[in-house]
Amino acid sequence: MNIHEYQGKSILAKYGVAVQRGYVAHSPGEALEAAKKLKAETGTGWFVVKAQIHAGGRGKGTITETGSRGVVLAKSLDEVPQKAEAILGGHLVTLQTKAEGKKVNKVYIAEDVYAPGASEPKEFYMSILLDRSIGKNVIVYSPEGGMNIEDVAHNTPEKIFKEVIDPLTGVNDFQCRRIAFNFGLSGTAMKEMGVFVKRLYNAYVGCDAALFEINPVLKTSDDRVIAVDAKVTLDNNGLFRHKDYAEMRDTSEEDPIEVEASNADLNYVKLDGNVGCMVNGAGLAMATMDIIKLSGGDPANFLDVGGTADAKRVETAFRIILRDTAVKAILVNIFGGIVRCDRVAQGIVDAYKNIGDINVPIIVRLQGTNAVEAKKLIDESGLQVHSAITLQEAADAVKSVLGNK
Amino acid sequence: MGVLVGKNSKVIVQGFTGSEGSFHASQMIEFGTNVVGGVTPGKGGTTHLDRPVFNTVSDAVKSTGADVSIIFVPPAFAADAIMEAAEAGIKVIVTITEGIPVADMVKAKEYIKDRGCTMIGPNCPGVITAGEAKVGIMPGFVFKSGTVGIVSKSGTLTYEAADQIAKAGLGVTTAIGIGGDPIIGTTTLEAIQLLMNDPATKGIVMIGEIGGELEPKAARWIKENGNKKPVVGFIAGETAPKGRTMGHAGAIVSGENESAAAKKRIMRECGIHVVDSPAMIGAKMKEVLG
Repeated sequence: MNIHEYQGKSILAKYGVAVQRGYVAHSPGEALEAAKKLKAETGTGWFVVKAQIHAGGRGKGTITETGSRGVVLAKSLDEVPQKAEAILGGHLVTLQTKAEGKKVNKVYIAEDVYAPGASEPKEFYMSILLDRSIGKNVIVYSPEGGMNIEDVAHNTPEKIFKEVIDPLTGVNDFQCRRIAFNFGLSGTAMKEMGVFVKRLYNAYVGCDAALFEINPVLKTSDDRVIAVDAKVTLDNNGLFRHKDYAEMRDTSEEDPIEVEASNADLNYVKLDGNVGCMVNGAGLAMATMDIIKLSGGDPANFLDVGGTADAKRVETAFRIILRDTAVKAILVNIFGGIVRCDRVAQGIVDAYKNIGDINVPIIVRLQGTNAVEAKKLIDESGLQVHSAITLQEAADAVKSVLGNK
Repeated sequence: MGVLVGKNSKVIVQGFTGSEGSFHASQMIEFGTNVVGGVTPGKGGTTHLDRPVFNTVSDAVKSTGADVSIIFVPPAFAADAIMEAAEAGIKVIVTITEGIPVADMVKAKEYIKDRGCTMIGPNCPGVITAGEAKVGIMPGFVFKSGTVGIVSKSGTLTYEAADQIAKAGLGVTTAIGIGGDPIIGTTTLEAIQLLMNDPATKGIVMIGEIGGELEPKAARWIKENGNKKPVVGFIAGETAPKGRTMGHAGAIVSGENESAAAKKRIMRECGIHVVDSPAMIGAKMKEVLG
């Protein structure tokens, strides 16, 4: 699950990680209130207004309607509401969004942390993630902070460092020192960096994260180390341990059909094609999408109905697929193992009748236990449904339905 | 023959008395698997499906000599169940449970590392040696005895492959469902190595999907070792968009090498018979085995 910067920072702060402080605002008025509160608490005179969307590259992104950047500096309280207004409600286009951008519903009003002082402020990059090849978490970091890390990796790979974390010890002191040395830090800043890294890792494990990306990590002019941005992705499998994170889900960031599907406990991903599909099992579902492509169509979705493909689930799945008006045909592909195919077939027939006005051709491929009985049941139902048993027959049926034999 | 499980395996079921555990244990018994008992903490001393129930895995091992365990324990407790099995000396641990937090698996994988066991899964259909033992949730009748080994990240796609293999007039030695999670106990490479060393296995089907780099690693090893047995490969998700999780927690394209196209290219370079259509797995195997 992806969450916003302000939510990610609230999690980090709970684990004692120093963050750039701020408040979320939904209107220019709230933005001003947030700035006033921040001024009283931190003494900051400048404010950063940051669009909150689930995509990176906000600082370099542009609001289509106003031309404003996604992250802007307000040099006085008075500037805050007008800068917020130029962002709120607009569509922010960044390198990571689609061409139409993402609507900005909230902004984060944050303190200015770049004030000059005893030493030069310095930006770094730091992320924590799972290295799948070794089954351990790694801290990836670079002295080139604030930049697009993919560019750094491409142009100056020697400036990317990695610490593998032992699951049984967590981050060790020598690793903290190595990180600080690689950043060119010493004295107080070095100690502060060690504290920061340890707390950040504890937060990562503690909140069941799947990714932390802190870009930039800032060493301030008074040698504090803070997270200025926070991209946090949570491990969906760990959410049961954190009931309070459920409210952090922002469904306005997701496709509405996907939200409906997830409410019905269906694993659905919307795609841009013209042939819908309903499959049991994630691997077979992806393979079915591939078959659609090979048959001359484009998959309109990924949908795994799971092990219990009963009439009710099938009906819900049909309704969700049909919400996508681009769908010109539907391929149902069920390998009945322990579930009997004739039962699934009956479910499909019932669901079809319940919905009533399905006007796209449906190809049903049922293979496994009682596949022959299932085919007979479909063929004799009188419905406009093409039946198939083997995967190849299903592929051929898709081809002939699409009319490009 | 076959690998990992066979007619001499003594199998216990962790999460024996739960609904999933009960259902699949009875299916395994019906298949002919030697299920010698099960574990449900607090129900030790009772019997279930005519088999003894134990409080701990070590009790079960002591009384029955079990060497294989299959785990149906809910996600919150599954990593602990894996570590308990390893600590008790179980040799093959098959974890069916889907939805185990990654943080738990990082720990469990490290814990079992030097304990002389092989873990399959989690989030997998299990392992089946045709005609001998089914330690999993797959429909046993699909797996006809024969000479082809299967390694797969996906459940239903494994059944699909086994069914095509049977219809091509061939059959299966052992099918290993390695699971679709980001952290799994046995990689594609390790499963392939087992089958390469199994004299009964003449050909291997390797089914992967987008995400991670397990299949290219296995492919390179196969090539370095002289392509001793023909391998037919399929990678699901050619049409999957980048950056989206497709059902399996591990099925997400994060880097260029993790896409289906990149994996298939590397596999082809390594002499693997890659099919673009999942409908061609059986026919291709028939063709290469002659």
